[in-house]
Amino acid sequence: MSETWLILGATSSMARAFVRSVSERGDAVILAGRDIVDMEASATDARLRGASDAVAMRFDARDPETFGPLVEAMEAREGMLSAAVFVGSMPQQSAIDEDPSLIDGTIIDSFTGPSRLLQMLAPAMEARGGGTVVGVGSVAGDRGRVGNYVYGAAKAGFHTYLSGLRNRLTRAGGHVVTVKPGFVDTAMTWNVEGMFLVAQPERVATDILRAVDKKKNVIYTPSFWWAIMTIIKLVPEPIFKKLSI
Amino acid sequence: MNWRPDTYTGWGRALSASGDVARPERQSTLDALEVAPACGRRRSYGDACLNDAGRMVDMSRLDRVLSFEDGILHAEAGLRLGEIMRLFAQQGWMPAVVPGTGFATVGGAIAMDVHGKNHAAGTFGCHVEEITLLQNGKRVTATPGSDLFRATVGGMGQTGIIASAKMRLAPAGGSAMSVHERRMENWDEFTEELANSQAPYVVGWIDATARGAALGRGILEEAAPVDRNPPPHKGPKGMPIDAPGFALSPAIVRTFNAAYFRRVPAIGRRVTRSFGDFFFPLDRIQDWNKLYGKKGFHQFQCVVPDESIPALRQMLEVIAGSGLASPLAVLKRLSGKSAGMMSFPMEGLTLAVDFRAGKAAETLIGRLEEMTLDAGGRIYLAKDALSAPTTIDAMYPDRAAWAAAVAMADPKGALETDMTRRLELRRT
Repeated sequence: MSETWLILGATSSMARAFVRSVSERGDAVILAGRDIVDMEASATDARLRGASDAVAMRFDARDPETFGPLVEAMEAREGMLSAAVFVGSMPQQSAIDEDPSLIDGTIIDSFTGPSRLLQMLAPAMEARGGGTVVGVGSVAGDRGRVGNYVYGAAKAGFHTYLSGLRNRLTRAGGHVVTVKPGFVDTAMTWNVEGMFLVAQPERVATDILRAVDKKKNVIYTPSFWWAIMTIIKLVPEPIFKKLSI
Repeated sequence: MNWRPDTYTGWGRALSASGDVARPERQSTLDALEVAPACGRRRSYGDACLNDAGRMVDMSRLDRVLSFEDGILHAEAGLRLGEIMRLFAQQGWMPAVVPGTGFATVGGAIAMDVHGKNHAAGTFGCHVEEITLLQNGKRVTATPGSDLFRATVGGMGQTGIIASAKMRLAPAGGSAMSVHERRMENWDEFTEELANSQAPYVVGWIDATARGAALGRGILEEAAPVDRNPPPHKGPKGMPIDAPGFALSPAIVRTFNAAYFRRVPAIGRRVTRSFGDFFFPLDRIQDWNKLYGKKGFHQFQCVVPDESIPALRQMLEVIAGSGLASPLAVLKRLSGKSAGMMSFPMEGLTLAVDFRAGKAAETLIGRLEEMTLDAGGRIYLAKDALSAPTTIDAMYPDRAAWAAAVAMADPKGALETDMTRRLELRRT
């Protein structure tokens, strides 16, 4: 049966790699983001790689007016409805320290904006009795660290939301995959210092699609981050609070 | 946030550069960047893709297919040719010309006007219909026939950043390659067979260590597309670390080459290969350039006109006598069909041999360059790391005209690279 993927944050390199993967399977994609011109190019690329259909639509996590048309466009599609969330913003922690109001935008971009849209989409997915939600979180959401805790808090919130959504959609035959990438080689991390074990977006996309097919609940990508984060989560708080990792 | 400091090398890893690198993911980001030279996947060997103490724009993330109609593909410059082959083979199309690696990008293939195993088709640039250049924040299109086009094709990125291009694809003619492999016992047989071959795709592996009566022996591969299921493409193997120095010692290379030669039975054989395995055999080993160790390597590639084939034989004698050659050596025909003022190919034979970097290799390559010049040939700038301005000037008669066209396209010299400075290519 044909499947349509709503891709939130379609201009990101991780999203692009994922779109290419589902396109080569012949799925349809609705690319959603702020840069329509760029997404039109990605939509053509998707069609020429095998997508049964590909369109670009406006989505701004901070502008809920853009949500309705996306949900309507999805409802108008036949077949299974799926969504993959790649949005998020990560201001430097130091910038947030200077201007605490940046917290609001970070939370909207990385957590409440996409969650609200998923909430609007969920009834249609339930009505169709299937479909998958891929939510890209972050290893930063597993534990608050001094260098990145606002972004981490937003992602932690999103992880919890996804967990609940999974609980809900599973009852209707749907599925939710929570994806926790480590460091990925994207425009967002291009000039961030202290990166290590950096993964290519294509690798992440392959991991995500495998998780979708196998109906995994939570994955780390690359998978070795599971071990790293397990250790980090096990450090007792009295010790952890003194570390800067 | 656009620029980050980096140290990087060309494929040969013998030369490196340090400077800020940007890697735009959208055309609008590219438009907004301060002007700087651009590179693709850095598959040129020397310093064509280096800009030490300057800036470099990495185009690898701008790799989308923008349209495909009536056999004309419009693609962003960072799209890899191997990806074009993979995407369009099933629809019955392939790039009209591909070099020996599928990692070469559209932009790089234009900037070096690369050639392939199908010499009759001419160079990559012969199949390009339009190039969109970014010149100082402004977009300009170049079409065949104009000076700007002829200066851009083979122009090492000096006329502007290649943002996208339209190119004619060729009918694939099948789903796999039928390859006829034959042993060539010596130089005379090899060159004669290369001259006589009527196959659409022809390439020769040459044992650059064989001497005496076996000088110039190798394996001739003649190939044509067929409708047959190719054997499954083997996934890439990695080269995780630099190889130790002894890995390419003369005795090991000689032994390897002798075995490689005998791999093909004396009566020859016909095999079916996937497009990827035939066109890009070395891509199966990721980062094979680490084979040469930390110091890296040089590839010497020259072309000489047919009347100078005896001179090419002498060059092979010098190479075989040096004991420096690696197993990777290629002999093939080129046609005079090319599209740019600085294009490498001319009607004749081309020889490419890898050498581990070092003093001995530099001396040897210097000597080979002189012999090439005396033979009326030229060396390939995509491979060069060692040549000198006067040598290149003598080999490329259109250089001055090219430099004049480039001066109009980039008057401030903002696109100069380590190569253009070393070889004073833009001197007017």
